[in-house]
Amino acid sequence: MAECHPVGFQWVMEAKARGAKLIHVDPRFTRTSALADIHVPLRAGTDIAFLGGIINYVLQNDKYFREYVVAYTNAPVILTEDFADTEDLDGVFSGFDPEHRSYDFHTWQYQGLAVQAASGERDQEYEDRGGQDRERVSAVREAGRGEAHGSGGAKIPSGSPDTDETLSHPRCIFQVLKRHFARYTPQTVEDICGIPQETFRQVCELLTENSGRDRTTAFAYAVGWTQHTVGVQYIRTAAILQTLLGNIGRPGGGIMALRGHASIQGSTDIPTLFNLLPGYLPMPHAYGNQTLDTFIEAESTEKGYWANMRAYMVSLLKAYWGAKATPENDFCFDYLPRLTGSHSTYETVMAQLAGDCKGYFLYGENPAVGSANAKMQRLGMASLDWLVVLDFSLIESATWWKDGPEIETGELRTEDIGTEVFFMPAAAHTEKAGSYTNTQRLLQWHHQAVESPGDARSDLWFTFHLGRKIREKLAGSTDEMDRPILDLTWDYPTQGRLAEPDAEAVLAEINGWDSNGRPLASYEQLNSDGSTVCGCWIYCGVYANGVNQAARRRPAGEQNWVANEWGWAWPANRRILYNRASADPDGKPWSERKALVWWDQEKAMWAGHDVPDFSAAKSPHYRPPAAARGAEALSGIDPFVMQADGKAWLFVPVGLTDGPLPAHYEPQDSPFRNRLYTQQRNPVRQVLPFRHPDNRLQPSGDQPGSELFPYVATTYRLTEHHTAGGMTRWLPYLAELQPEFFCEVSPELAAQRGLEHLGWATVITARNVVECRVLVTDRMTPLTVQGRRMHQVGLPYHWGVAGYTTGDSANDLTGMSLDPNVHIQEVKAFACDIQPGRRPRGPARAELVASYQRRAGITEQTGMEI
Amino acid sequence: MGVRSWIEEWPVLRQVADSDPLGRGAAAKSGASKHLAPRVATADKVVKSICPYCAVGCGQNVYVKEGKVVQIEGDPQSPVSRGRLCPKGSASLQLTTGPARRHQVMYRRPHATEWEVIPLEQAMDMIADRVIKSRRGRWQWEANGTRVRRTMGIATLGGATLDNEENYLIKKLFTALGAIQIENQARV
Repeated sequence: MAECHPVGFQWVMEAKARGAKLIHVDPRFTRTSALADIHVPLRAGTDIAFLGGIINYVLQNDKYFREYVVAYTNAPVILTEDFADTEDLDGVFSGFDPEHRSYDFHTWQYQGLAVQAASGERDQEYEDRGGQDRERVSAVREAGRGEAHGSGGAKIPSGSPDTDETLSHPRCIFQVLKRHFARYTPQTVEDICGIPQETFRQVCELLTENSGRDRTTAFAYAVGWTQHTVGVQYIRTAAILQTLLGNIGRPGGGIMALRGHASIQGSTDIPTLFNLLPGYLPMPHAYGNQTLDTFIEAESTEKGYWANMRAYMVSLLKAYWGAKATPENDFCFDYLPRLTGSHSTYETVMAQLAGDCKGYFLYGENPAVGSANAKMQRLGMASLDWLVVLDFSLIESATWWKDGPEIETGELRTEDIGTEVFFMPAAAHTEKAGSYTNTQRLLQWHHQAVESPGDARSDLWFTFHLGRKIREKLAGSTDEMDRPILDLTWDYPTQGRLAEPDAEAVLAEINGWDSNGRPLASYEQLNSDGSTVCGCWIYCGVYANGVNQAARRRPAGEQNWVANEWGWAWPANRRILYNRASADPDGKPWSERKALVWWDQEKAMWAGHDVPDFSAAKSPHYRPPAAARGAEALSGIDPFVMQADGKAWLFVPVGLTDGPLPAHYEPQDSPFRNRLYTQQRNPVRQVLPFRHPDNRLQPSGDQPGSELFPYVATTYRLTEHHTAGGMTRWLPYLAELQPEFFCEVSPELAAQRGLEHLGWATVITARNVVECRVLVTDRMTPLTVQGRRMHQVGLPYHWGVAGYTTGDSANDLTGMSLDPNVHIQEVKAFACDIQPGRRPRGPARAELVASYQRRAGITEQTGMEI
Repeated sequence: MGVRSWIEEWPVLRQVADSDPLGRGAAAKSGASKHLAPRVATADKVVKSICPYCAVGCGQNVYVKEGKVVQIEGDPQSPVSRGRLCPKGSASLQLTTGPARRHQVMYRRPHATEWEVIPLEQAMDMIADRVIKSRRGRWQWEANGTRVRRTMGIATLGGATLDNEENYLIKKLFTALGAIQIENQARV
C-alpha cells in the first residue's frame, strides 16, 4: 500500500500513530513492510491456506464475535443432507461434473426452503431437466453470473430456512465451516505458505485481540489478490474471517480493495464489461423466447433491494431507447445483444486469432504490455482488419506492427501485416470534465481547466461523434438489424469550438429523471412501468435536485470525519456499506468507541455519523409479515440489505461457480503438490478455451518436467510507474526514477544461479523468455515449503519497447488461465526458471522457449487436466 | 538599499534575530531566492480536479495561466488526500503538458511500414465506415438456433482510466450496435 497507494497509506500511518498494529503480508519486503509491526512473507498463491488457518484459529479458540455472527450471518442456517465438502471428497464439493468442469449447486442448499416452481427460464432450473441442458448451464456459468451480483447476493429459493441459533447442529453452517477448516492448522500453514508457526501465531493473536465490540480490524488488499485461478475465493476467505470477527459494516473494519485505476470502480459500476449492464444488472443470456418478464423472474430476488430489479432494468431501457421503449414492445428488451458463454477480453483475443473479431478499440489500455500473455495479445491484434488506439502517446499496442518483439524475432513481418491502425490522441483529465469513482465508491468530479490541444479529444467526444456519424450513415435504413442504433437516444448537447458533449448532461441521464423530467433523488423512486429514466440505478441520487453532487467540495476541515459533503458515494451517499451492522440487534452501537449509526428511539429513526445503509424508519424490532417482498421483507436485524436474505454469507449457497467455501488449490503452474487434497488445482478454473501453441502451460508439483521451473514468480507495480506504463514511461521524471525493468531475487537465489547484482538475468516460462536487470536484495525472503527451500522472483510489469524507459514485458511470461467466476488471469503466482545473462536475440528467442518445452515434455495437454 | 536594511539583511544578525541560530532556516535564504515566487502565485485561475492515476482519488488543484496549465498540486481541502500527491500524481503536469504527448491523428495503412498523419474528420469517417462494415460482416441473428441479435465483429477494451460518463456512452453505443465484447482493465 505504501508503494502503490502511498497517499491512502497516510491513513494507515494515522491509525498506527493512535496505537493500531500493522501486519503486512507479502512475498516481498516493501516500503509497507518497513513501516509495519510484522512483515509476513509467504509463498505467492497460498493466501487461502494462510487465511483459512486464521479462520481455523478463530473457530477452534472461540474468538469469533458470537452475537454478531448469530444475528447477522447465515452461520445458524442448516444445510440439507446432500452437501458434501472438499474434506469428504478430497478436494471437490458435491455436485462436481467432471465432463463439463462445472458444479451443480443444488446440493449446497439450505434445509427447509421450498423447491422453486418450474416457471420461467431460471438458470438454476436447467439442471432440473435431467442434465439435457448441461452445455447451456456451463455457458451461463462461464458468462460470469457470480460477477453480476457485484452489489448484492444471488437469488436463493423462497421460504425460511431451518436454523439453529445455538450453532451446534452438525449441519448448521457454523459447524460445516469448523469442519471444513479443521485441517488448516499452523503446521499446514507452515508447510504450504512457508510461514513459521511462531509468526503465524502472532498474526492470529493480533487480529483477534483487535476485533470485537470495542475494536475492529480492517483488511486492505491490492488487486493482486484477484489475479489467481482462485481469486474470488481469496476475497471470500477474507470475507468469512472478517464476518466471523464482526468486522464488516463497522468503522475501522471492512475489506478494502485498493484498486489501481482512477475509475476502475466506476468502470465496473457503469461497466465496460461484457457480462454486465450498468448497476450490476446482468447482460441477458441467449434463450429461446425470452421476455423481459422471464429475464427478471430468473435474475431478481424476492427479498432485499434486488427484488426491485424490474424497475432498475426498465429505467435503463428507457435511458437507452427513450420513447421507443414501451410496455407493448417489452421496453425494447429484444434490442439487447445476447451472450452465449464467456466473451471476456481473453476470449476476444482467441476470436481475433480465429479471424472472427475484425475491429478493436483500445481506450487508454495497453494490452501489448499489460495483459496476461502479452505476445498473444499482439498476435491477436495482428489478425485484425483494423485497430483504433486512443491514448496520449504511441504506446506498444499502437506500434507492435513496427517494433514489437515478434518483428525482432522474425515471427511477424511488418509488410505482411494487413491491420489498419488508427492512433487517436486523447485529451488529458485537465482538458475534460467528468467523474471518477474511486476505490471507496466515491464519485469525484474533475472540472475542465483548458481545451485539449490539436486533434486530441476526450473519449466522450470520440464516442459521441462516432455514434453520431454511424447513425447518420445508417439513417433511413429499414434493416431490422439497425433499429437499436437508430432508435437510440443520442442527442447530448455539445459545447465550445470542439463540440464537446456536456458531461453533466450524461451524468443527469445516469442519475435519471421522472415523467416530468425532474431529476430523481433515490433509486427507491424508480418505477417498472416506464415512467422513470435511469442510466445506472446505483448512481441514482448523484444528480439529486439537479445538482452535481459529485462536484461537492466542502473542505475536510469544515465537516465531520466521515466527510459526507465531499463528492458523493453510491449508494445514497453512504460511506460505509452495511453500516446497520455497526449497531447491535437492538440498534445500539456495539460500543461507544465504535459508534457509527444507531436507532434513535425518540425520533423513531436511524441516525448517526454516516448515512444509515438501512430503511431510515425501520425499527430494529420490525419483523416482516409472511407475504412481504423486496425491502419490506427484510427484518430490523437484516443489515446486508442487498443480499436476498439480508445476512452476510459465510457459506454461499448459490452464485459462485467454484464452490460454496474456499479451499486451497495450487496455482496453475506450481512447483508444489497440493498438500491438502489430491485435487491439485481449482477444478473449474478456465483453461480449455486458451489452448494455443503460444499459451503452453507447465507441469506442476511432482510431475516430470516441473523441475525445470523451480521458482515462483509474482508480478507487481512500482510507486513510480502505472500499470502498462502508458501514463508513466513517457514522463521524464518517472522514467528517470525507475529507469529499467528488473527482477528482485534473494542473495541465496543469486548465489544458486550465479546472478550478479545490476547484471542481467533471463527469466523463462513455457510461454516466453524475457531479460531484466538483477536486483539482489534481502527484500526477497527464501522460504521453507513442504520441507524444501524455495525462492521467489519479483517482476514489475510496467515495461515495453517504447517510451523514455524501455524493457521486456513481464507479461510475456504469464499465461492465460483464469478464475472461473470473473475471468481474471493468474499473473500473481507462476513457476519459472531464471538464468544469468541476456536472452537470445532473433529466432533464437523462440528456440529457447521451445527447448524448455521439449525438455519439460510439454504438450497441448499439459496443465489442462481437471 | 539603505544602511539600515543592509545591516538587517546581514545573515548572522538574522540567524540570531529570527531564532535560527544554526543558519539552516530562513536566515540562509539568499536575496535571489527571496524574490522567487511560486508558479502558482501568478496563475489566472485554479481548477479543482482529481488525480488520474490510481483509485485513491487524491484532490488536485490545476493552475491555469493564459489558457495553459502551468502547475498541478495536491488539494489540501480534500478529506481523501489532505494535499498530498505521490510521485505519479506530482508528475501529472508532465503527463498533461509533456512533449511525449501526440496531438495529431496517425494512420497506418495495411502492410505499410510507416505512419502517416491524417485529418481528424477523415479518421472519424473511416472508423465509422469500418464499424458499419465489420458489424454487418460478423452479424448473428441466431447462435445454435437461439436468437442473439449481435455482432462478433467488433470489440472494445479500456475504461478504468476513463470518466464514468465516457464509459456510459461506450457501453450504450456499442450495446446498441450489437457488440458484446466490451471489456476493461477490471480484469487486468
